Amino acid sequence: MKFLMSKVEFNKETGPREVFCGLTSIVWLHRRMPDAFFLVVGSRTCAHLIQSAAGVMIFAEPRFGTAILEEKDLAGLADAHEELDRVVNDLIVRRPEIKTLFLVGSCPSEVIKLDLATVAEKLNKRFSGQVRFLNYSGSGIETTFTQGEDGALKALIPLMESSDEEKLLLVGTLANNVEDRFKKIFRNLGISNIESFPPRQSTELPKIGKNTKVLLTQPYLSDTARDLKHRGCEIISAPFPLGIEGSTEWFLAAAKAFKISEFKVHEIISPLINRAKLALESHKEILKGKRLFLLPESQLEISLARFLHNECEMDLIEVGTPYLNKDLMKEEINLLPDNTKIVEGQHVEKQLDRVRESNPDLVVCGMGLANPLEAEGISTKWSIEMVFSPIHGIDQAADLAGLFSKPLRRNQILTSKTLVTH
Amino acid sequence: MELTLWTYEGPPHVGAMRIASSMKDIHYVLHAPQGDTYADLLFTMIERRGQRPPVTYTTFQARDLGGDTAELVKKNIKEAVERFKPKTLLVGESCTAELIQDQPGALAKGMGFDMPIVNLELPAYSKKENWGASETFYQLTRTLLKEKVSSIEKISPLRWKELGRRPKVNILGPSLLGFRCRDDVIEIQRILSEQGIDTNVVAPLGASPDDIERLIDAEINICLYQEIAESSCEWLRRNFGMEFTNTIPIGIKNTIAFINEVHNKLDLPITNKQELEHKSKLPWYSKSVDSNYLTGKRVFIFGDGTHAIAAAKIAKEELGFEVVGLGTYSREMARQLRSTAKELNLEALITNNYLEVEDAMKKAAPELVLGTQMERHSAKRLGIPCSVISTPMHVQDVPARYSPQMGWEGANVIFDDWVHPLMMGLEEHLIDMFKHDFEFVDGHQSHLGHTATKTEDFVNSEDKEDKNSNEGIIWTESGRAELTKVPFFVRGKVKTNTEKYAILRGIPEISDETLYDAKAYFS
Repeated sequence: MKFLMSKVEFNKETGPREVFCGLTSIVWLHRRMPDAFFLVVGSRTCAHLIQSAAGVMIFAEPRFGTAILEEKDLAGLADAHEELDRVVNDLIVRRPEIKTLFLVGSCPSEVIKLDLATVAEKLNKRFSGQVRFLNYSGSGIETTFTQGEDGALKALIPLMESSDEEKLLLVGTLANNVEDRFKKIFRNLGISNIESFPPRQSTELPKIGKNTKVLLTQPYLSDTARDLKHRGCEIISAPFPLGIEGSTEWFLAAAKAFKISEFKVHEIISPLINRAKLALESHKEILKGKRLFLLPESQLEISLARFLHNECEMDLIEVGTPYLNKDLMKEEINLLPDNTKIVEGQHVEKQLDRVRESNPDLVVCGMGLANPLEAEGISTKWSIEMVFSPIHGIDQAADLAGLFSKPLRRNQILTSKTLVTH
Repeated sequence: MELTLWTYEGPPHVGAMRIASSMKDIHYVLHAPQGDTYADLLFTMIERRGQRPPVTYTTFQARDLGGDTAELVKKNIKEAVERFKPKTLLVGESCTAELIQDQPGALAKGMGFDMPIVNLELPAYSKKENWGASETFYQLTRTLLKEKVSSIEKISPLRWKELGRRPKVNILGPSLLGFRCRDDVIEIQRILSEQGIDTNVVAPLGASPDDIERLIDAEINICLYQEIAESSCEWLRRNFGMEFTNTIPIGIKNTIAFINEVHNKLDLPITNKQELEHKSKLPWYSKSVDSNYLTGKRVFIFGDGTHAIAAAKIAKEELGFEVVGLGTYSREMARQLRSTAKELNLEALITNNYLEVEDAMKKAAPELVLGTQMERHSAKRLGIPCSVISTPMHVQDVPARYSPQMGWEGANVIFDDWVHPLMMGLEEHLIDMFKHDFEFVDGHQSHLGHTATKTEDFVNSEDKEDKNSNEGIIWTESGRAELTKVPFFVRGKVKTNTEKYAILRGIPEISDETLYDAKAYFS
């Protein structure tokens, strides 16, 4: 399927995929809100997935777990609901520090139609004042990878109280240090009331209303943005704060919403930009003219492609994305070069054929594909690193570029004289 | 419903993937949603594999469920067969697909392919990874060999004599994501070859469907990892009369016993009996004077059945350790492990809950932990040295160097890997000698690094629990002061023993004298 809109080429593809499901977001969400617990209602596969994606991040008692469905739970739904009740009770007794418990739906729980909303409602009554229960689906039949965060945030919105106070609300999980930098810059711009969603404590939810101006920090929050809009919030349309250009446009869009002059923005961020450009130089030298292929995974692909082309002068072969919300991505797509090929969805085999045919210098892909491509002589960068590293903002632009220049630099070192390859 | 924070084994279809990925010319079509593709990274990251697992995920989505998911399965099977041209096709489903009952195996068989198709039914809600691997290997062997059952006479282990050639054996069980399988295979083949025995087929690791069909060219089977190969070995015995070995050649004694078992089964005389004891450095290293300090070291063991049982025997009989805890997550091998535990006067720990293992570890107060990747985490928290002896494992447990667990070289590797986390003999004496010098503070912890907690925290934090658990026993100033003088690596043991002694004697307050009384009592 192929159709053209503006200057960018859109394609859709279906078939076998190589993408994480939404459960994976728990890996960073539980760190963002240390007083919350994520209880997946699923199978051994779900438990195995999260622990494999989390790698070595195993804590004594992690703030996530899986209620594993067993044969007898499948026999009768009523019993399954009761069993879930029991598991939650045990958990709350064991972990009294939990303030918010997310019941996270999975592929099997969705297929057998476990009604987690009703379970959550009942539990809310019983533990009223002690623990709040929410539910959302991170199932792979409905969500990919980062979409899990969208589901979790959307579930929190009904708990947010209303307020007509004017404020800037940053929406999407950021690294704490990056978030602090952003807040400082906004304060310097003259915006004093700034809050974040998700908050660092699950119970400290910001109040929202018609004077809340929402600035998304991540490109995968379609449902959250829509529900915030329904609550009267204004969604500021902007590209995402990756790289100097994206971050600048992002600050400008926020400033405009608060009627702060462009001049003021430039005054404040110019020194940052100059500094960042300098830092970017050495990476650009390596990345310039190199050909890039992005496989779909984190949903950050379009923003990354924009940054790597516009600021690092890489050539874009193909930009894969698990799904495309054209409305949310409008500003990003406008910044892409002419004839950029965007592919929504995936047929992993056909896509890998295209990777091999196009002989790229660098492929952004998931961990399942990285070593096999390296073994074929194709350099790779794992996309999961983007969601664990502080990459947002002007100050981080060089670090972001560094994630991509490093594999290329390494290749130069290893193939020149030190090692004979193949 | 079972609350799981972390699991030792994955689901059974991951076991099937281990078999498929270990082999050549096989493709596995897995009816599964997109998230299940995470399993690829187990192979490409932990094992650093340069090939993708030969698996096609049908990737059904919620919107497909109302329609025809069976068509989707057929489309994926057709594409996979055309693209990968496998010699044998495995077809199965993961947990979610099991619920929608498309029966992909039956669909595949109706599509008119001429290659063998193995229909894998792996119940995801009751079984686990090792069972899935074992069942897959068994179904595959059965599918590829069942037609030969009636056309071939029972295979005598003595057949090689009539044929006038060296005896041939199959090595069954090694697979990807198994512990050190890559190197064990090389070691065992080398040993067999020295004994005048040829290897016919190694499977599943590195084998093709053609190799599976050749299994019956051997006289006997070596069942190297029971978790994976026992049911296949039993089927081959039932249907072809092929005998198989039970001894797992980990450690010197078991390697020698293994060689004896193979020779006995084949009726092949051993001509180098005297040499065998000297093939590994472990016996001498264990006897040499520096190893005196290993005597009675308290060791806690937890892992898969094969490696945990072997470790217990080596620890006790070949290194002179005291085994203070033994357990496994392999329920299939619970009975065997229980009998090993009984010989050691221990209660076996059979569990899939790592927190229970950590608790047992804490109570046993070991000086060394032998476990999985998870026990390494737990031991680190408790400040106890640890060596990994079993899956599940981390990328660092797949070393670049040759490091088997089995055979002669395996015994060498085990000696080094288990002893190095401990303190060397002379080092321990020196620390003992100098422990009262002012330089010897808690921060000084030799090469083990700073993992143990400070004395103050140790006494105080445990105090709170003690008041509940130990019938109100109180540590006096002098008792505390004396306890801080005890080197950190035995402090936990001294504390527990002293409290035990105090309870026994009904002493409500522990002073410095109580400490020495307890020391005398327990020595």
